[in-house]
Amino acid sequence: MNSVQTWWEILTLHSHNTRMVVLTTALLGAGSGVIGSLLLLRKRSLMGDVLSHATLPGIVAAFALLSTAGLAAKQWFPLLVGATLSGLAGVGVMVAIRRTTRLRDDVAMGIVLSVFFGIGVAMLQMVRDLPDAAGLSSFIYGKTASIISFDLVGISIVAVLVLSVVLLLGKELVLLCFDDGFAAAQGWPVAMLDFLLLGLVTLMTVAGLQSVGLVLIIAFLIIPAAAARFWTGRVGTMMAVAAIIGALSGWAGASASAALPDAPAGAVIVLAAAAIFAISLIGGPRGVWCRQRELSRLKDRVGRQHLLRSIFEILEDAGPPTANRPVSLDDLLEQRSWSPRELRRLLRRARRHGSTEPCGNGGFVLLSEAGFGEASRITRNHRLWEIYLIRHADIAPSHVDRDADMVEHILGPEMVRQLERELDPVLPLPPNPHAR
Amino acid sequence: MNWTFTDTWIVITGMLCAVACALPGCFLVLRRMSMMGDAISHAVLPGLAIAFMITGARESVPMFLGAVATGVFTALFTQWIHRFANVDQGAAMGVVFTTLFAIGLLLIVAAADHVDLDPGCVLYGAIETSAPVVPGEFPRAAAVLGAVVVLNLLVIALFYKELRLSSFDPALADTLGFRPGLMHYLLMTLVAITTVAAFESVGSIIVIAMLIVPAATAQLLTKRLLPMLFTASITGALAALLGHVGAITVPMWLGFQGSSTSGMMAAACGLLFALAWLFAPGEGLVTRWRKSANQAPTPPELRKDPGIPGESLH
Repeated sequence: MNSVQTWWEILTLHSHNTRMVVLTTALLGAGSGVIGSLLLLRKRSLMGDVLSHATLPGIVAAFALLSTAGLAAKQWFPLLVGATLSGLAGVGVMVAIRRTTRLRDDVAMGIVLSVFFGIGVAMLQMVRDLPDAAGLSSFIYGKTASIISFDLVGISIVAVLVLSVVLLLGKELVLLCFDDGFAAAQGWPVAMLDFLLLGLVTLMTVAGLQSVGLVLIIAFLIIPAAAARFWTGRVGTMMAVAAIIGALSGWAGASASAALPDAPAGAVIVLAAAAIFAISLIGGPRGVWCRQRELSRLKDRVGRQHLLRSIFEILEDAGPPTANRPVSLDDLLEQRSWSPRELRRLLRRARRHGSTEPCGNGGFVLLSEAGFGEASRITRNHRLWEIYLIRHADIAPSHVDRDADMVEHILGPEMVRQLERELDPVLPLPPNPHAR
Repeated sequence: MNWTFTDTWIVITGMLCAVACALPGCFLVLRRMSMMGDAISHAVLPGLAIAFMITGARESVPMFLGAVATGVFTALFTQWIHRFANVDQGAAMGVVFTTLFAIGLLLIVAAADHVDLDPGCVLYGAIETSAPVVPGEFPRAAAVLGAVVVLNLLVIALFYKELRLSSFDPALADTLGFRPGLMHYLLMTLVAITTVAAFESVGSIIVIAMLIVPAATAQLLTKRLLPMLFTASITGALAALLGHVGAITVPMWLGFQGSSTSGMMAAACGLLFALAWLFAPGEGLVTRWRKSANQAPTPPELRKDPGIPGESLH
């Protein structure tokens, strides 16, 4: 009873501290979901990783300058400015490497990450004897549990900024992400847009890094966007879904970590996001399960159509008129490169579908009335497509069978009608005997 | 400057680390998987924690195995999500390593009652402490890294043809029956072993830098694989030397006590890359700029933009 009450109080944001943490992380999740979607489409999801490492030299430099100038060196604001400048420098180097060498995105990202971080670590070791240096590491690693209202304000400003830029320049940014070559050809300032997008990521990273920590901000820029991709194929919807997933995992994770005081909040939130990702990966409309189901349905249909056509062609070989009678399995095995096991599986499927009937003999298969009709229709479509390929695509008659094999299963009724009009085939119907 | 035999060992260890990383690093760069080193070095945390929880001691062999296993897992999961769920490789990598890192953090907190496994120490392992203080002692880090160099050399020499083909043209490699998938996991195992061995002895910052930056530098200097492997190894080794010298001298100029050799080695990698970026024969920025300046000896009145051929007809 007591624990239920505790959970309820946490989930409904009862205490001021919890409310702060949950609101901040949810807002951060939503904002980074939106910007992360663009990064994902630009295939630069790991940018958060790069930038969160690249801010280190700036933070340390700002700290060293303040400290040697004799000012209170633990003020947040100058350190944030240093972090942002250093992040932007990293972005600048990355864009420059990308534009002036033949090295690719991932290499540019790796170089900026490791070299900037190395410089930062070297500087950090140098300044460790300056007064106040102990406060630096808590700044770098962030403490989610001790979020103050300053963080909330900062993250809100960044989130609003990100949202308004995405609303204003949505079309241009999406174009950049999908096809930067085309965007450049259309005359958009691609380098500027790239820098703008990465600049927004820098702001997001700096704002998040300081309040919720390194791992969480990296995860927030990647996981919600990747999860949203399983639910939709449209950019706008994807951003909205990513924002919702980000906010949801921030809320759930922060609440859970408030109930488990020992666990580091950042890690719990990452796991909440990862759980949502796993659910989306399996259950989303574009997820693994749905794709597998669609794939196996298609495979079933293709297999059954191959079986029916092979049976029909054997019946045809017996000479006109083509009539339905049992066909031996050995003949069928010779028709295509099926293994006996595969053929048995196909026959089982066809039987369940009602295409075949029992004929009393294990070595033979008999088409049902519906199966015979379907077989003749499938064979006809196959022939139509073959004739089309020979006449209009200049494919040799000896090769046409295999090519037609691959396309015939997706011929729609529209397409078949068009083929009939174009090819004017002889209809396989006998003349009406009682015509007047 | 007060150079002792400890400094010599630090440089030797750094050079071994550089060569060990540069060899698989070249293939990572060619296969567009540069961020794999970074991902693995974050993702091994739960492996370390689980190995510790099982054995209950900070034995190095189980910890090493646990870390390598998690590293290979990272590569497997990444590939699985990338392939079957159709997620971009970078994003798949990011999902996997942040999740594993979070699990590792939680495990460490859970085990914290009876142990001090400091994530900071895991991430920042220091090359300075790997060198011996007493003359005649052979440092463990150098031995481990030397073994890794030999292993990497051996595997790359044995599978050179397969690795090369599957890096440049996986489709052709598949058609010829070279099993590019198998090569991928072999390479990932090498990267995991190298990453874990190196960062356990010298720190993760160096590993990420040494995997990618010398290979990228070499890619600017040559277009052939074998010279690229050599150039990357030499560049990395040079960066190790420069880095340590820098760690001794640079802080003195700025009036500080000392600095981190690991960080300075990474910075030296960056410096060498910048030099190649500017002055590489054929591809450097300055080289190209000077070439284009030299190629215009025509008098100023003729030095107009020739425009598109045929355009002047209209």
